[in-house]
Amino acid sequence: MVTGSNRPLSPHLQIYRLPLAALLSITHRISGVVLSLGLILLIAALFSVAGSGAFYSAIHAFLNTILGQVFLLLWLFALFLHFCHGIRHLIWDTVSAFDRSTLTRHSLWELGLAVLLTLISWIIV
Amino acid sequence: MEFRTALGKAMGLGPARSGTHHWWMQRITAVALIPLTLWLVWFLSRLVALDHPAMLAWLGRPWNSAMLLAYVCAACYHAQLGLREVIVDYVQQPAVRTLFLIGVWMVLAFLVLLAFVSTVKILAGG
Repeated sequence: MVTGSNRPLSPHLQIYRLPLAALLSITHRISGVVLSLGLILLIAALFSVAGSGAFYSAIHAFLNTILGQVFLLLWLFALFLHFCHGIRHLIWDTVSAFDRSTLTRHSLWELGLAVLLTLISWIIV
Repeated sequence: MEFRTALGKAMGLGPARSGTHHWWMQRITAVALIPLTLWLVWFLSRLVALDHPAMLAWLGRPWNSAMLLAYVCAACYHAQLGLREVIVDYVQQPAVRTLFLIGVWMVLAFLVLLAFVSTVKILAGG
């Protein structure tokens, strides 16, 4: 590395305060990985339906406890964060909504919609 | 000494029309997952509400099991594409990276297989 260079540095992640768009971007990745792990649980649940019923009853009972409900709430929140940010990616694919004011406005919309969808679906569930 | 012709070199380069496949499949599965995810919420609500015999009857209806399998297929494919991106970005050692990529692919393929086998058993009467 050349010392005394005036070349710009990339943001130092431990010091630089990430803007909202960047926070949502990394959240999209993290929620994607978490939801992938969630697929194992979803298919375990489907597998349990095909079984004798003991495994299914345990899952069913857990989901009806307070802990199970909190677990579902967090799952749904991860799901809809990823869902809403994914829709923004589809909007970006049309090569629009890249200017700074739209970025912030859409970020807030995205967060609001994710919270709303999570709460509505949690009430349904 | 250069033995390769200019044409020979050019033919080994470039995307060969396959470079956008990952991108396209990610978008197609994403669009498919929009309605399927809303349906998944309904499935989760059945999981909370129904006991085992009732759930067997519910998933025994072909429409419900087909929608669940559609979700599982689209989500596992989408997960494979996404996890691939994450692994390629963060795992630097080529050997470890390849192991991770193969491992993820195998686990997800097995999950899809398990979902199909379970569904067949449910449709055949539990």
